[in-house]
Amino acid sequence: MLNCKQAAELMSQGMDRHLSLHDKMSLRFHLLMCSGCRNFGKQMKFLRQACRKISHDIG
Amino acid sequence: MRHDMLKFARLQLRDEAAAEDAVQEALAAAISARAQFGNRAQLKTWVFGILKHKIVDIIRARARSPGAGQAIEEIPEDAYDDLFNQQDRWQEESRPSGWGNPEQSYASRQFWLVFELCLTRLPENTARIFMMREMLGLETAEICKELSISSTNCWVVLHRARMGLRLCLEERWFKREEKHAEL
Repeated sequence: MLNCKQAAELMSQGMDRHLSLHDKMSLRFHLLMCSGCRNFGKQMKFLRQACRKISHDIG
Repeated sequence: MRHDMLKFARLQLRDEAAAEDAVQEALAAAISARAQFGNRAQLKTWVFGILKHKIVDIIRARARSPGAGQAIEEIPEDAYDDLFNQQDRWQEESRPSGWGNPEQSYASRQFWLVFELCLTRLPENTARIFMMREMLGLETAEICKELSISSTNCWVVLHRARMGLRLCLEERWFKREEKHAEL
């Protein structure tokens, strides 16, 4: 069972590398039960989107 | 355009003189190639492409300097431990909140100032790795190679950068916005 600290690390790493099937399944299971981590995941996506926006608006 | 370019270069390089140089070189290249572009938008995209390459070149040169590989030590391993309880679950008060439709903040000038401030508050090498990944769009494998760090360290640094950034945005923007809405 993942805890929130591990789930957050995996979500961040998922933005930088391919997660194993096992990691993906554990993460999915954790997210079903944890609204804090679901919010964290959305926040990570938003950070990426905002950074791309800076980069694209400029270029 | 020059103003935007300079702002972008400064954010990445944290060095006024180096940022000026990079922008100057990109603009000089633009002037000599101006005739090849039908419209200004194309030219702009192209010039920014050059600027991004120049920034990567400068970062690459810096990567060879001592200290560049120290990013892993900048934010200590236990920096965010307070957010979690003994079972490593989020503490009640630090559980990530819903940011609503955060894209709405894009329209706010104030939001982008806060965003830049939060980026600037990250330690130097950490911020550089984060921006190489998220703004210059490099893959982690390329970043590892450029900076001679292991991919594991690279992921750790990126994760700590994101933790710091989201905390800063939550405190300085999204929580405050909530408060405004309540008023």
